[in-house]
Amino acid sequence: MAPPAIRVENLVKRFGDLTAVGGISFQVDEGESFGFLGPNGAGKSTTIRMVTGVLRPDAGAARIAGYDVRTDTDAAKSEIGIVPEQFNAYPDLTAWKNVMLAGELYGIPRQTRKSRGTELLRSFGLFERRHTLATNFSKGMKQRLMLTMALLHDPAVLFLDEPITGLDVESQHLIRERIAELNREGRTVFLTTHNIAEADRLCDRVAIINRGEIAAIDTPDALKQTIERTRAVEVSFNEEVTLDTLAAFSTVDAVEKRGDTIRLMTPDPDTVIKAVVNFAQEENLTLRSLQTLGPSLEDAFTALTEARQ
Amino acid sequence: MRVRRVLAIAKKDIRIYYTKGPVLISGLLLPVFFFLAFTMGREMAGTQLVAGLIGMTLWFTATSISPVIAPWETRDGTLERLVSAPITVVEILLGDIVASATISVSITGVATAILALVLDVSIANPVLLGVGLILAAIGFSALGVLLAAVPTDQTSNVMMLATLVKFSIIFVSGIFVPVADLPSWGRVVAYGSPLTYLVQTTKYGLGTGDSAIIWLVGLLFFFIITFSLAVWVHRKTLPKRL
Repeated sequence: MAPPAIRVENLVKRFGDLTAVGGISFQVDEGESFGFLGPNGAGKSTTIRMVTGVLRPDAGAARIAGYDVRTDTDAAKSEIGIVPEQFNAYPDLTAWKNVMLAGELYGIPRQTRKSRGTELLRSFGLFERRHTLATNFSKGMKQRLMLTMALLHDPAVLFLDEPITGLDVESQHLIRERIAELNREGRTVFLTTHNIAEADRLCDRVAIINRGEIAAIDTPDALKQTIERTRAVEVSFNEEVTLDTLAAFSTVDAVEKRGDTIRLMTPDPDTVIKAVVNFAQEENLTLRSLQTLGPSLEDAFTALTEARQ
Repeated sequence: MRVRRVLAIAKKDIRIYYTKGPVLISGLLLPVFFFLAFTMGREMAGTQLVAGLIGMTLWFTATSISPVIAPWETRDGTLERLVSAPITVVEILLGDIVASATISVSITGVATAILALVLDVSIANPVLLGVGLILAAIGFSALGVLLAAVPTDQTSNVMMLATLVKFSIIFVSGIFVPVADLPSWGRVVAYGSPLTYLVQTTKYGLGTGDSAIIWLVGLLFFFIITFSLAVWVHRKTLPKRL
């Protein structure tokens, strides 16, 4: 039986007093598309950098296709392609020279790197611009160039750190399509994102991470349901209102006072808004503000952690 | 060690970093003006003059860019690309040294030929001179790579340190004053400088001096020690740059 594409056991990373990743474990099967979902600063990039051998963990182990990243480093690195969050191709080299350099670093024979480089640059719409310096590329083109470089050595596992963030619509569409296609071809995809919709679109399973800990690993649908439950309505009136009155509204799970506003936690904002408006009319109150708050990953994480406990 | 990957790093360095103006300014103009400032109005033998100029040209070219590649790559994030590829720290550093040594030997080789023609100095032992230049180039480049281990993404921080080391060594290496004419304490200091070994080897290559073997061995040891130290320090400081 083939080993899992990625196996992580009790991985820990500390930066001084801060524990960026606090002993996480998970496994990604071959051919799976796995999402790593969490807010900014949750530990996603640190995890990816440890799993790909860039950062040395303080404890724990990571294996890629059965190879230990710390002891079989070269074999493990040969199995992975990485597209980091920050552009890290050489800005003063042309797209073509960047791709050829990537091939040389992975020991790909000259003819193979030329033919595969041409094929990949064409598929990402960059072939005509192959002699342009990377520094002159748009953000979308830079992202496509990094994907080309990551795929040149035909890796079994592809790591993508926030691959869609900040891209124009056309590049977003192209990259999403290619990621899905690569996964359909049997490649394992490990994707970090802070966008649940993105994970839903591209991933078979998703892990939710915050403050360096994994709260849950499940299908995007199941996690979305939990996250949806963390939506809220925020309201403020011209007069003081007792919280108990608002807490009695149907579908309100909890009520919090935040300054002069009141937050009503609910999975069904529509019902709560109607109830708040009716209440204001009946009590002859003026609504100073009324807004719905989307589900936040922080809240979802808290909900998932509480559910787990 | 995989030679192709070392050469890939060297090729990348030459394309990106060694096509920039500072190499020519630092490697050629600086030693010429520096040397003229200290030699004009003084009587110096032709071989002492040429050996000094060759020594300074190689010294400045080999240490001009090699100290700043790592901070540069740290700042651009490209260091992380290298580290995530199946390539070792030794291979990366050797690639940097090969690039630096190739450029410095090429520039110094051309400068030597021009100097020999202009000053009518014959090269008595070109093979030995060539070996000396190559050994010195890899040793000096290794020193540059060692200086690059400072965990910073600011090239100015490394340049400050590099300038301090480079200029200090020039004054104790028998360039402006032959080692034999130095006071005894000066000679002790001079024999600790790798630039002295190159100047002495060059003088022998130009037909003066007793033997060059000891100086060549000195250059080889300097490279081995400096490179080993560079690998050790880079391994220590690399995580701080990622």
